[in-house]
Amino acid sequence: METGKQKTFVDKIWDVFASVKLAAVIFAVIALTSMVGTVLEQNAEPAKNIRILVKFVGEAAAPAAYEFFSRLGFLDMYHSWWFLTLLFLFCANLIICSIDRLPRIWKLVTAPIHALTPDHLEKMSIKRTLTMKGKGGAADQVSASLKAIGFKPVQAEMDKDRQVYAEKGNYTRLGVYMTHLSILVIIAGAIIGVFFGFNAFLNLPEGQTSSVAYKEGGKEIPLGFDIRCDNFDVEYYGESDMPKAYKSWLTVLQGGKVVMQKSIVVNDPLTFEGITFYQSSFGTVPDSAAHGVAILRAVSKDGKSEEIQARVGDTFTIPGTGIQGRIVNFSPALSVDQNGRPFTYEENMTNPALYIEFTGPSQRFSGWVFKRLPRTWQLPDGNRVEFLNFWGVRYTGMQVRKDPGVWIVYLGCLTMAIGLYITFFMSHRRIWVNISEEKGQSKVLIAASAHRNRAAFERTIEKLAGMLAAGNKGGTK
Amino acid sequence: MNSSVLFGLSTVAYVFAMILYIAYLAFRRNQVGVIATTLTMAGFVAQTFAILLRWKEFYEIGQMGILRAIPLTNLYESLIFFVWCLILAYLIIEFRYRTRSFGAFVTPIASLVLAFIDISGMSTNIQPLVPALQSNWLLVHVMMSFISYALFAISFSTGLMYLIVKTEKRNDPSYIFWTVTMGIFVIVLAAMGLDYLTFKFAVKSQEELIRSYLFRASFRSGSGFVSVLSLAVAAGLLYGIWRYGGVLRKIVGSFDLSAETLDDITYKSIAMGFPIFTLGGLIFGAIWADQAWGKYWSWDPKETWSLITWFFYAFYLHSRLMRGWKGKKVAMVAVLGFVAVIFTYLGVNLLLSGLHSYGSQ
Repeated sequence: METGKQKTFVDKIWDVFASVKLAAVIFAVIALTSMVGTVLEQNAEPAKNIRILVKFVGEAAAPAAYEFFSRLGFLDMYHSWWFLTLLFLFCANLIICSIDRLPRIWKLVTAPIHALTPDHLEKMSIKRTLTMKGKGGAADQVSASLKAIGFKPVQAEMDKDRQVYAEKGNYTRLGVYMTHLSILVIIAGAIIGVFFGFNAFLNLPEGQTSSVAYKEGGKEIPLGFDIRCDNFDVEYYGESDMPKAYKSWLTVLQGGKVVMQKSIVVNDPLTFEGITFYQSSFGTVPDSAAHGVAILRAVSKDGKSEEIQARVGDTFTIPGTGIQGRIVNFSPALSVDQNGRPFTYEENMTNPALYIEFTGPSQRFSGWVFKRLPRTWQLPDGNRVEFLNFWGVRYTGMQVRKDPGVWIVYLGCLTMAIGLYITFFMSHRRIWVNISEEKGQSKVLIAASAHRNRAAFERTIEKLAGMLAAGNKGGTK
Repeated sequence: MNSSVLFGLSTVAYVFAMILYIAYLAFRRNQVGVIATTLTMAGFVAQTFAILLRWKEFYEIGQMGILRAIPLTNLYESLIFFVWCLILAYLIIEFRYRTRSFGAFVTPIASLVLAFIDISGMSTNIQPLVPALQSNWLLVHVMMSFISYALFAISFSTGLMYLIVKTEKRNDPSYIFWTVTMGIFVIVLAAMGLDYLTFKFAVKSQEELIRSYLFRASFRSGSGFVSVLSLAVAAGLLYGIWRYGGVLRKIVGSFDLSAETLDDITYKSIAMGFPIFTLGGLIFGAIWADQAWGKYWSWDPKETWSLITWFFYAFYLHSRLMRGWKGKKVAMVAVLGFVAVIFTYLGVNLLLSGLHSYGSQ
């Protein structure tokens, strides 16, 4: 205490946290542990990770290795206490580093530029000398030239000389702080999201309504409103099985009243009262033929049309004709084998088809009608049966999220983008022009410094020197 | 004319340019250098047109709007774009620093990537966009990521050259570092070449080759003899590079590139690449993930590896401020950073599973 040099315990801790070395260590530890976390699948069933470990340590040692990583929390490492501690240390380091260095930088930023002795100027990294003929007026000419390249010059009298100086971009030295601050803002936003938001899931069959979503582990989260899935469908590229869009038609209800309707696709979610629904997966209930309703539009030769809802086994009439159709069978994904026999190739509704038997006054015929192939809708007698949908057997899987912190995260991202731009593409530039009059001519010394991108600033100085030299010629005429 | 003809032309131009750049280093004839530069530029122009043409072809097939038809949706297209960025960055450096020596380092990388495309037999067909990729963020996110990757590739080569020039003693840790790094690159490439030659006809796709047949022709061979022999050859190669690294030092030392210039290019390309990577790769990626998956960050392997890469380069930028870390040590960080980039780009898609597995479809 008496010497003032002895460091207290707190000072020592402070110094540790203010060092770039600690930052390096934290960077390294986060990076190394994260690597392990990407190899081991997170939150996966044990068998999967044991299979992965077998590749690294062999059959015999894999269960023990699994036990080891499991104990250390590597199987859900990004939420483990030690990883969160690392992130906390990272933030603490960032904050203390910044506070520790701020006063010095703040001085550089706020202290106005002042005249310097010629000795001092000689030591600058960028220098040019030239002579200007003619009496007086040199300082004003220098001022004008500095204004022309975008600086606001100040003039000062030295003992014998005059000096004109200017600076630009002094605040750009704070870009680094902006970048560091933005990381803290992003982490703060993430924390708000963790505490005041949720991540849940909802599988909603067509036609059903839910007032809750489910967290991992099955915990119910009340939404505060009802959501109904009116329909789900997959669009394909042409006749291929390559999906073009997954689409759910959703309705939001409050107290039984419809308040919002929207169809969502991947990349275009629905948001209501801060809760967002994202298209994430889908599925078909087993034994779909027994549970769904076929939605058809029967169109007669002379253009009368009617929409029909019918189940497998039901019969319908084509309007204005005596022809009756009976739905005999349904396949969620129908294909034809080498011998020309139709078969169902999967449970999902990739290529739904109905087998319909038609009985009319004069003729009988039957065949498969495909939802995705309009050419199969045309009947041999000129009437048409459009297969619009097979409804009620698919469910849409949605990611349900509430995150009040996301805007803070975005604000942090914006701050980071601006901060990085300032840090890497702008610089604090200072120019001093010293003018000493000797035997009727002015000796001019230009000295300058830039804390980044010196080469670019040197070109500016070159330009300034050129202007002064050219102005000089003009003055002697 | 369709895009694949132009891509073929640009590949031929780059390969010839590579030979000429190396000849230029050996014979120091100015005419050779001028022809090398001209060929590179011709290849670049052909490639630019090829990319634009493919964009147009994709637009006509996909019918998703011009912004979503950018040809950057699978491994093939992304590698092509990576080469394009790399050559562009190189040409800028050639004109700004008025030196051609560096071409002998960059054109081989470009040729290697193009050769990898060719020999791995990866699908070059235009495929329509899967639902997850139908977003305007695709354009900026992927494009900026690859621009930064190309800049990091430049910093990798200059960083490595810096180490080659600056190290003399064989027991110097940085000498061991660069010889081992280079040795591993050579060994992995050679082993993959062997895999290709052995299994070419048995394998349907490059993913299958890498997932199930990687190193099967050498280290992981069924025959114990072959794997032991491969290990012995690999060890021999490593030793050879370590023992005769001095030869390479003499070659690089004879370039008209000073160590300071190399360090300067390394720093500048990282100082450009880092903000582009942060904004395009991480921030735009997070915004897109938020829109598509409902999570701006989900610790998916691709995201995590991007973050690891980001840490490497953040460390590089900070380490220049630390005492005793200038020169060789930071050059090593720059080299390691690019190893992380390669893993983020290729390793994650080919070896790990996760949400970002579009390249493997």
